[in-house]
Formats: sequence, C-alpha cells, structure tokens
Amino acid sequence: MIETKNLKFRYDEEKLGLVLDDINLTIKDGEFVAVLGHNGSGKSTFAKQLNAVLMPLGGSVCIDGIYTSDEKNLWDIRSKVGMVFQNPDNQIIASVVEEDVAFGPENLGIAPDEIRKRVDFALKAVDMEKHRGAAPHNLSGGQKQRISIAGIIAMMPKYIVLDEPTAMLDPKGRKEVMETIKFLNREHKITVILITHYMEEAAKADRVVVMEKGKVIVDDTPEMAFANVALLKDVGLDVPQVTDLMYRLRGSGINVHHNLLDEKACADEIVRALEEK
Amino acid sequence: MLKDITIGQYLPGNSVIHRLDPRTKILLIVAFLIVLFTVGNFAGYLALALFLFAVNKIAKVPFKMLVKSLKPLLFFVIFTAVINLFLTRGEPIFKWGIITITKEGVRLTIAMSLRLIFLVIGTSLLTYTTSPIVLTDGIESLFRPLSKIGFPAHEIAMMMTIAIRFIPTIIDETDKIMKAQSARGSDFESGSLIHRAKALIPILVPLFVSAFRRADDLATAMECRCYRGGEGRTKLKAIKMKRIDAGAFLISAAVFAVVIVMNWL
Amino acid sequence: MHIKVENLVYKYMPGTPFEHIAVDDVSFEIKKGEFVGLIGHTGSGKSTLIQHLNGLIKPWSGKIFVDGVDISDKEVKLHELRFKVGIVFQYPEYQLFEETVKKDIMFGPKNMGLSDEEAEERAREAMNLVGLDHSLAEKSPFELSGGQKRRVAIAGVLAMQPEVLILDEPAAGLDPHGRNEILSRIEYMHKEKNMSIVLVSHSMEDIARMAKRVIVMKEGKIAAEGSVHDIFKKGESLKEINLDVPQIKRLTDELRRRGYDLPDDIYTVERAHEEILKLFEMEHHKV
Repeated sequence: MIETKNLKFRYDEEKLGLVLDDINLTIKDGEFVAVLGHNGSGKSTFAKQLNAVLMPLGGSVCIDGIYTSDEKNLWDIRSKVGMVFQNPDNQIIASVVEEDVAFGPENLGIAPDEIRKRVDFALKAVDMEKHRGAAPHNLSGGQKQRISIAGIIAMMPKYIVLDEPTAMLDPKGRKEVMETIKFLNREHKITVILITHYMEEAAKADRVVVMEKGKVIVDDTPEMAFANVALLKDVGLDVPQVTDLMYRLRGSGINVHHNLLDEKACADEIVRALEEK
Repeated sequence: MLKDITIGQYLPGNSVIHRLDPRTKILLIVAFLIVLFTVGNFAGYLALALFLFAVNKIAKVPFKMLVKSLKPLLFFVIFTAVINLFLTRGEPIFKWGIITITKEGVRLTIAMSLRLIFLVIGTSLLTYTTSPIVLTDGIESLFRPLSKIGFPAHEIAMMMTIAIRFIPTIIDETDKIMKAQSARGSDFESGSLIHRAKALIPILVPLFVSAFRRADDLATAMECRCYRGGEGRTKLKAIKMKRIDAGAFLISAAVFAVVIVMNWL
Repeated sequence: MHIKVENLVYKYMPGTPFEHIAVDDVSFEIKKGEFVGLIGHTGSGKSTLIQHLNGLIKPWSGKIFVDGVDISDKEVKLHELRFKVGIVFQYPEYQLFEETVKKDIMFGPKNMGLSDEEAEERAREAMNLVGLDHSLAEKSPFELSGGQKRRVAIAGVLAMQPEVLILDEPAAGLDPHGRNEILSRIEYMHKEKNMSIVLVSHSMEDIARMAKRVIVMKEGKIAAEGSVHDIFKKGESLKEINLDVPQIKRLTDELRRRGYDLPDDIYTVERAHEEILKLFEMEHHKV
C-alpha cells in the first residue's frame, strides 16, 4: 500500500506556491491508478515522490509502512517502486536489450542464473523476447519503452510508476505500451500508477486522480471522473472527440450520458435517446 | 551523412571466435600487435596474413565488412606510404627529376602499409566478433586487480558502456540538428576556416544542451534502478575461461612463435 | 510557389548490407496556397520525403521541380531554396542555441543576408505570428516552457518568410493547451498569409480538421491521395494501411450503419453536434 499524508513540495524555496499542495492519497495493492493533469499540474513531481527521487518538504510518503524520507530505506523503496520515464532514449543504459533488462537485478546483487530467469520472464511479460539481442537504437519508440518497462519488471517491484510513458510515441507505440501496462496489472497483479494527460489512457485504469495546481481535484472511477467534461477541459486535459460531442448534446438539452469514451458506447447511447423520443 | 559511420560495429554470430572469452581476445590482440611490429621479413607478414585469414574464415565475417573498416584509414595508409616511398634514403632504383625511389623506401612502404592494414583488420575482427558490452566486461575484469590501488576499473567500464550505447543516439541527434540549422540557412561547407568554425556553434550548443539533459535523465533512471557503483554488483553473463580459450592461446602462441622465429632466419 | 515531385527514390546506405529504400517512386504536387496533410506510420518515409523538398537531401533518382525549375540543376542555389521552403522538424526546440529568443529567431533572416534592423523586424513579425509575447524577446530560450520553446523554434523558420511551410509533427509531446495553440496558429498562417502548408501528423483528427488534401504514405510509397473526404470515406479499408479515421467519423459511421441519415463527411465535433441535433429534431417531428 502506498500512502501519502499531507504531502507538500516545492523545488525552489524562493518561489512562492507549492508544486504539491497537501496531497492525501492511498493506493491499494493491485490497483491501476491514472493520474491526469496538464504540464505543470504537479503530476510528474508527485510520481518522483513515490520512489524517493524527491523527498517530501512536508507530510509523508509511506510505501508498505516504510517512509521515503528515511535515507536508509532508499534502496528498499526503489526496488519496490519501479519507475519508467517519458523519454525512451534516456533510460536505456546498455547497448544490447537483454543486458539492459539485467541492469536492475545486477545492481541488486542477484545471482547470475536468477538474473537470467528474471530477464527471460520480463522480456516475455512485455512481449519482446524476439528482440533480446537487438541494439536499442534500432528499435521503435514503443519497443524501447517496453524494454524500459521490462528493465523495471526484472527487479520484481510491487509497484510501477510510469511518468507519461507514451508522450513521445506514435499511435502504434502508444497502443503497445498501454496494452503492456494493462497486461502487467491484470496478469501479474502489479500495482500501476500511470501519469498521463491522455484521457483515453486514463479510461483504462480502475481509478482516476486529476491534479491541478498541485492539488488533487478529482479522485474517482473513470466513469465518474469523466462526467465533468467542462472541468476537465478547463484544467487543460484532452477530452476525446466523442466525449466532447456527448457533453455538447447534453448541453443542447438531450438526455444522454456524457461520461462515455468509446464510439460504440456513444452510438448506443444516442440511439437509445433517439428511440426514447 | 553521419549515418554511414560505423564505429566498433558488432556482427552477432555464434562462431568459436565469437564465443571466446573477451579477455582471451583482448590479450591475444595485444600479443598480435606486439608481434606485428617486430616482424622483419615478408614470410612473417605472410604467416600473420594467413592467421588473420583463418580467424576471419572461422568468425564468418564478410570480407566486405573488413574492406569497409579499412576505408576510413585509407587516407592515412596512402599518406604514410607516400612519405615512406619518397623520403626514405638508400639505394635508388628509380629516378625522375627530383623524385627518387629507393629499394629501402619500397620495402618500408610495403611493411608500414601492411602493418597498418593488419592492425585495423585485427582490431576490427575483435570488435566485429565481441559485443561492446562483453568487451567492456573483459576490460573491467582485466583491470580489476588494479582497483586495489585505486584504479577505477568499474567506473571506466560503466562509462564505456554508456558511451557505446549513446554514440548512435548522439550521431542521430547531430544529424537532426545539422539539418534543422541548414533549413534555417546555416552553411557548413563554404567560407573561411573562421566562418566554418563559427557555423558550428548552432550545432554544438544544442548538442551539449541535449547531452546534459540526457545525462541528467539517465542518472535519475540509473538511480531508480538501484545503481550505486560497482560494489556488490553481479553480472548476467559472468565471463569464464573455457577450454576453447586454452585452445586459442595455444594455437595463437604457436603462430606468433613461428613468426618471431622466422625473424632470425 | 508550386512544388512538383516526380518518381522520387531515396535509399539509405546504398550498396551496404544495411541498404534500405526509404522513399520508393513517389510523385505528387503541392500547389500554391494549398494545405496538404501528410500521414503515415513512423518509418513510412514521410520524414525523408519532406527533407527533399528544400534540398536537404538529394534524391537517389527522380526529380523535384520548384516553380518549374529542377532543383538538382547546378544553377539552383539550394541555400536560397531553403528560405522559400521552410521546414520545422520534430521537436524543433532542440535546435535553439542563442542567448536570447530574439537572436535565435533572427538566425535565419541573418543567414539570408538581411541587415540587423530587417532581421529584427522579421523576428518581431514572426513572434506575432506564433503568438509569443514581446516581453520574452530578451529572455534565454532555455528558460521558457515547452510550448513556448516550440513556438520560438517555429518563429525561427517563419522569420525567413517562406512561401511553403512544412511542419513535422509540430504538436508532438505538447499538452492539449499547447497543441491547440500551435495548430490554430498554423491555420491562421495558412488563411491570413496564404502560405502553403504541409502538415505531417499522426493525428487523424487534426488532419481531417485542417487539411484540404491528404497524402498517405506506407513503406516508402504513396498508399492513397485525395481530398480529406476521399481518404476518410474509405473508413475501414484505411485499416489495411494501418490508419485510423477520426473518432467522430467512426461514431457517425456507426450511426449511419444503424440506419440513421447522417452525411458521410463529418470530421469535427461541431459538425457532428449540429447534424445529430437535426436527427433529434426529425424524430421529434415524427411524433
């Protein structure tokens, strides 16, 4: 369980205003939580608090009962909470895929045959076994990002925090990465915290947290979180075209649900409303 | 343009040469280079050529790739050849105006050219058959005894690993920045030397800014993966000397011995 | 300015085991004042293709004519062509290098041989075009936000006042706010300055909304070409070339399939809203 209590943070003492302002969140084991927010909402800073890359200025972050603020827990926390970053090029260390995946376990001092097992397992989990001998710079963005995820999986973390892992990918890569994340959560019961500004991605989560100006403004199921389209547009989030349409229809006095994200569900809903008339 | 450069390119394979311990290969290449520079007659060169040829055959490295590795050095080889050919004193065999070619000159030219070519082919065979990571592991392992006296063996190996990983990325990036600046009218090809040096600023500044950002990101990513130096680290592939390594040492030693003995004949 | 490409072929590393045909026998035209959308997957050759249009790379074979002149002709100064055909690359903020925003934007105009005053004037205009506040002119470009940096970089190309502007994923990596800002500026330049635009994008929604004509690339070839309507009406068959139609189009197609009378060229939320409201009115009259 991850628990933040009155978490406060700012980068620069001189500047006024907190980047994280009194955040209280509890993330249960096995959950898939999406943290939505535009650039500068504090969502990436929040992510970095979860594995002690940054430390709280006030309040606390507690991972399975261990506080991130205590220096001696550092490696314990980092092997429990894995982190995947935005730029796939800047987090791959080795020039051969499987060597990179092995990097984490090697740092943990695990025996070679156990590392081998973990690397095979991790590559299988992200469906990249075929590319084990490839050079990362020859892979697509989506593939590189899956390698980064495998590198984290190989450390056998309980939690994975992904900080906008799809922001630099094309639609195909984005899809691959999202499928991988869902798979890991569903099949391997890894707790996922996905930082994103795409509503479509957040829709795949069990729970959506919306951040704005360092505060949590929504914390709910995707259906409920997306009911307030006006608010989401206001805080600069990307609302899918069909969700936007349903919202506008409702504004024109048509009785449709507007928290729907895919076109099939929206079509059903419009047909239902039309027939109701 | 920059994409055509191949530095220390590894050609994956499963030959005996590929499977040798990297330390074996590094030590043997060092021995090979020493022997190469002591060779005094053509029989010796012939023996070393046959040795390289055999290694190449076993490793199944395409001949084309060897030629390719020689290309960047072609200018250097020709340059030294010309210098040696025209400036070596001795018994003239050809005279035309101020140009004199001597017997010794011809000898030296051929010897130096062969040495350079063999040097490149030998080291290329090493990099073609050894993945950069394994090579780095080998170097780290060979230098490890020195870490007792404070030699940073692990750190150097890690730096090499990262450098190897990022060379293609940085080359790509340089290419992109050059194109972006060309699209804004930068001209790198004409003008005086000072002009050309100035034209590099719009490339170097963004390149450094980006390199620092990458370094920062990478350092964070490494820490997140629990990197804390070489202490207590294990390896996915622990390198181990095997029987084939003993074989390689014996065969190479025999060849080198023959070459050295031939020097006295 | 009119660009015509004829049977263009480009190979990477020809004659090596790594040889790869990036652009394979491609022909098309871009007319004066057109807005063309160029779509295709990563690796479909679109980035390589656009670099040919201002002579950054030379074709392996085939010809490129700009206003009827073959640009491979020795008489043509590629240097000058680059001021007429502006290219904004992906993540263009990575090309910023000067101490101040203004100086960076002036880089192109100065390379054109303009005086300091003229270049400054151009920089000022370009800042207006991309909607950058003049108070930023003396700041270091490295201090700005991601969206602002992107706009400085685009202004750097615009300051050369090109007749054709090619943008490779100009909104990539920006949040919705930054994205809308950039895209609406591009529309403005097209409409108000009559600039020809080639927009490379993965977003079918953006292409359908902004472009008039669409070129679809796949594996180095042109897989489809035509008006926005010509391309997206094919609907499901676009999947064969691995492309999606805009989401709103998929919704209206689904409603059409279920027997509702909707036009088949709806690509924007505004239009869908309008047309679906009509449906409700009709249902209302039936009763």
